[in-house]
Amino acid sequence: MNGAPKLASHLLAQAMPLDPGSHHMLYPAAPQAGHIEWLYWFIFWILFAVFIVMIAAFARAGAKTRAVSSVMLPILEKDEEKDRRAGWAVGSAIGVTVITLFVILVLSVVTGKRVEGLTSKNPVSIQITGHQWWWEIIYPNPQADQTVTTANEIHVPVGTPVVVMTNSKDVIHSFWAPNITGKRDFLPGYSSAFWFQIDKPGTYHGQCAEFCGLQHAHMGFSIVAESVGEFQAWQQQQLKPAAEPLTAEALRGREVFLTHACLMCHTIRGTDAGSRVGPDLTHVASRNMIAAETLPNTAGALAGWVADPQRIKPGTRMSPNPLEPDDLQAIVAYLQTLH
Amino acid sequence: MGSLNQPIRRPLTLDVSELPSVAFGHRNTTWLANVFYMTIEGMMFALMFASYFYLRTRTTDWPPGHLPPALKYGVANAVVFVLSVIPAWAVRKKAPQLNRGAVRNGLLALTVFALGATILRVFEFTALNCRWSDDAYSSTLWVLIGLHSGHLVTELIETMVLLAISFTPKMEGNRLADAAINSDYWYFVVVTGVMVDVLIYGTTRFL
Amino acid sequence: MALAEPILANDQDTGQSEVALRLARTWRQPRGLWGWFCNTHHTDIGIRFMVTAFIFFLLGGVLAAAIRLQLIRPENSFIGPDLYNQVFSMHGSTMIFLFAVPMMFQGFGVYIVPLMCGARNIAFPRLNAFSYYLYVGGALVLWGGLLTNTGPDVGWFAYVPLSGPAYSPGHRSDIWSQMITFTEVSALGVAICIATTILRHRAPGMTLNRMPVLLWEKLTISLAVIFAMPAVMVASGLLLLDRLVGTHFFNPAEGGDVLLYQHLFWFFGHPEVYIIFLPGAAVVSTLVECFSRRRIFGYTPIVVSVVATGFLGFSVWVHHMFATGLPQLSESFFTAASLMIVIPTGTQFFCWVMTIWHGRLQLRLPMLWCFGFFFVFLIGGLSGVMLASVPVDLQVHDTYFVVAHFHYVLIGGALFPMFAGIYFWFPKITGRMASATLGKWHFWLFFIGFNIAFFTLHFLGLRGMPRRVYTYGPDMHWQGLNMLASSGVILMTVGVLIFLANVFRSLRVGEMAGNNPWGDAGLEWSMSSPPPPYNFLHVPTVSGRDPLWEDPPDQPVVVGLRDDIRETLVTHSLDADPQHKDEDPGPSIWPFLCALTVSAAFVGSIFTPWAVPIGAPPVIATLIGWLWPRGQSPSLPRTGESWVH
Repeated sequence: MNGAPKLASHLLAQAMPLDPGSHHMLYPAAPQAGHIEWLYWFIFWILFAVFIVMIAAFARAGAKTRAVSSVMLPILEKDEEKDRRAGWAVGSAIGVTVITLFVILVLSVVTGKRVEGLTSKNPVSIQITGHQWWWEIIYPNPQADQTVTTANEIHVPVGTPVVVMTNSKDVIHSFWAPNITGKRDFLPGYSSAFWFQIDKPGTYHGQCAEFCGLQHAHMGFSIVAESVGEFQAWQQQQLKPAAEPLTAEALRGREVFLTHACLMCHTIRGTDAGSRVGPDLTHVASRNMIAAETLPNTAGALAGWVADPQRIKPGTRMSPNPLEPDDLQAIVAYLQTLH
Repeated sequence: MGSLNQPIRRPLTLDVSELPSVAFGHRNTTWLANVFYMTIEGMMFALMFASYFYLRTRTTDWPPGHLPPALKYGVANAVVFVLSVIPAWAVRKKAPQLNRGAVRNGLLALTVFALGATILRVFEFTALNCRWSDDAYSSTLWVLIGLHSGHLVTELIETMVLLAISFTPKMEGNRLADAAINSDYWYFVVVTGVMVDVLIYGTTRFL
Repeated sequence: MALAEPILANDQDTGQSEVALRLARTWRQPRGLWGWFCNTHHTDIGIRFMVTAFIFFLLGGVLAAAIRLQLIRPENSFIGPDLYNQVFSMHGSTMIFLFAVPMMFQGFGVYIVPLMCGARNIAFPRLNAFSYYLYVGGALVLWGGLLTNTGPDVGWFAYVPLSGPAYSPGHRSDIWSQMITFTEVSALGVAICIATTILRHRAPGMTLNRMPVLLWEKLTISLAVIFAMPAVMVASGLLLLDRLVGTHFFNPAEGGDVLLYQHLFWFFGHPEVYIIFLPGAAVVSTLVECFSRRRIFGYTPIVVSVVATGFLGFSVWVHHMFATGLPQLSESFFTAASLMIVIPTGTQFFCWVMTIWHGRLQLRLPMLWCFGFFFVFLIGGLSGVMLASVPVDLQVHDTYFVVAHFHYVLIGGALFPMFAGIYFWFPKITGRMASATLGKWHFWLFFIGFNIAFFTLHFLGLRGMPRRVYTYGPDMHWQGLNMLASSGVILMTVGVLIFLANVFRSLRVGEMAGNNPWGDAGLEWSMSSPPPPYNFLHVPTVSGRDPLWEDPPDQPVVVGLRDDIRETLVTHSLDADPQHKDEDPGPSIWPFLCALTVSAAFVGSIFTPWAVPIGAPPVIATLIGWLWPRGQSPSLPRTGESWVH
């Protein structure tokens, strides 16, 4: 964007001493969010000027004509000349308003086209399905064994167009990564597509933006933008079945997993656990966070989550698992091997 | 003392004592309320019609996996509706002429037609060839016909109440005007009924 | 109707003339508990609406305080997600359905419209009373739900499928749907009453061209209610059917559609916010005129703007659905329409500026609140322009940016004018002046607190904070702004408490108000404060837009209406020419009884569909009781009845 708005936004950022984080729509990391940010500032400054003019007009009108009297003053007679001038003023103001709105309309449509205009013959395709309260991420491929299935953490290669196909398993959700692009509602019964492309490597945070029930507040996701090589390495890793446990404790953990409620909802490819109700855990240890960006992916957090998810996300679909401490520790150890 | 010397305001007057105290037709305020009511209910029908067509666009087959509703009761009812306009029109014409006898007879005939339409409507429900809980198509059909049936039954009862009043000496003045306005509402029931019939029996066959 | 000889009666309306005594006896409302339920006079019903609505404003405010307390720091455990979801859903539903419309449109409209028209009572007074009782019924149902842990918890617009049978078990969403039914039937009833009063009961001489802006607005809003409310009744009705009897309107697995609900809801939802805002704008037009001591500049553009806003409000609803993935072309159309609606509102603003500019401003308390409106609503309107732009909206939709926007336009556009109007018409309604000093404290605390609380929310939205989250993580860096916003609420609360103190104090010891303490122009200022039960000693006639300012010495009054029965005058819709006379039905218990039976049927249908056939006969019985013609007392011979067709 051009100089003055950039300076102003920097000043504003200084006035807000807090780190904007990786989820601020005015700190774009993708051209889509960049176009929108430009439009935002353009409209903002126009409207700011309007605001100043209107406040000044009211202030002057009030100050200039103010009368201080303890009784209500007599009514002014009609003044044709003043009314004529006022008529011109109002007419001009309406004219300026119409032109300003028209400019905003045109720029909005143009920006919309620029944001939507990304297309490619060779994009990275991702099928994202909203669930109460996690994101199912699938990289579809005609061959089943080339299809990546994961949850909540999306990887994309830098500088490559990405197309997302949307769906919802239950209620309406909304996928929103402010640094990347505008949000899109995920509607059950509809599938729509939206595109983005990230040019700066990094991890960008997003969150569900359509109220979807008890844990709407804890339905986050992240987008990891990395080099093409790193992305392909990640993909290859995700396609592998689960690693065989190497320690006794991890082996015991897998045993606990497969003999308790876990396999009713989760898939770990390479084992008998194949349910699609909950997130795919085949490579859960490769993710930065768990429980839809609610907890860090550490042993302690995992233990707490597995033992009693209701304490952390009350209302979540996962029921508590009252396990013996040894079993709990074993399961956590096993899950931590699933890179 | 001073007040006696003040000029006393003696405004001119607008004398309305000769104005009538009953109005027929569009001057009657209940007539206006009826127009507003028909607008409200008309909007509900319009929105239900729009919802019907909207849901049509969400599927390929229409009706989806059902036979269209059977024609016989629907057509019979449409005929009853159209014929019922006659007694309704008669009431509307005779009421301002203060012809209490004719109004009573008209209301009686209208009641018979409304009763007939209601009975036929019950049979229509059984011949829709679907149950409201089958799918969205069935739900819409049932609600369309159900919404109209609500109006039909309301009108039947209102006509019967007016009929009852017409046997008492109270059927005069504004009550006669009410009987005429009731006919207006009956026309609304007829028009919306025919439209619902076209949707239920017609568009399920050619849409 | 020729102009006849002048009359000799004493014209003081508080005088003891025989006419006044007879009218007072004829038009009096019954007393006692039974009498309270039989009352059909518009001033009493209007006050009931306004007082009840204000109580729900306070309750809605308590819910808001709970929200801000929970969000004051990350991972707070003041209230858990289940209660939080009920709290914010109840906050929105209470404020919109139980406060904003009942206060701005129903309560105030019912009180002031007959007075401004020059009528003795509102049209269809029993329907008016019935609407009040039904509103109370709906309010009790909603709050009864919250107090029994069955409060709706799916947001004030209850999107499907979340609110549907699969994802909202129990009766919470049913209670929401039926509350809608209650309050919408109530609003429709009042709309019919107000529209008929304005069209058929205006004082002779008050042609459409001479109607105050406020009457134009109430007429427009009544029509908007009539066209918009059916949509929400259909939306909530179909939702109730899906939940109660297994229909599939919104079930995609069986051919239903989730967007259908959004279209139906927002076709109502957007006009609804204009139904809330336009009454505020009309209050401002009235007060700007009075406190600039001159006729409003641009009467015609303002009237055209009010009516145009009412119309255009129906053409913008899809801007609530920009994120659903609709085709670009249709989104562009709705952007254009949403921008276009700025023009009439802007026109009103420009005319207000010019009125003050070429006037003689007396900055009394009500006018101070108008200036607050100018500031706050302007900001809200401008942020609305940003939301009309699809790309920007796709970022800020469903975030605290939108929360900030709509609080600026609703609080700015309705609440500030509401307080302005309360302070302005308080003397007329109660007979006493409110304290200007306390009122100014109220204003500044509320104004400053509001801006602290809500301006901050714009930034939270830009920083990625979505709506309707019961908590947030510490690493989101939203804590500081949330804390700032929550602190603003404290000032607002103190301001409102001062307002309550002002009201209670002024009722007891406020300075006595005469007929017209502000020197305003409208007919409502021509009689004593508070008005007598018959409103006008003689039904007035007018010859201009500002009757009490023009006040020609030979302005006729209407004679020939009987004062031993409740006789009213019906005039022509366009030029207010006298047409015929009508009889006000007087006090009646039937509106209350009918509201009871209807409420029973509505509440029953939350639990079982059988409530409809079982509940219908009592409703029919009470309706028949209501409408059955009453005999005339033989000692009161009817006027010789002649008809026109």
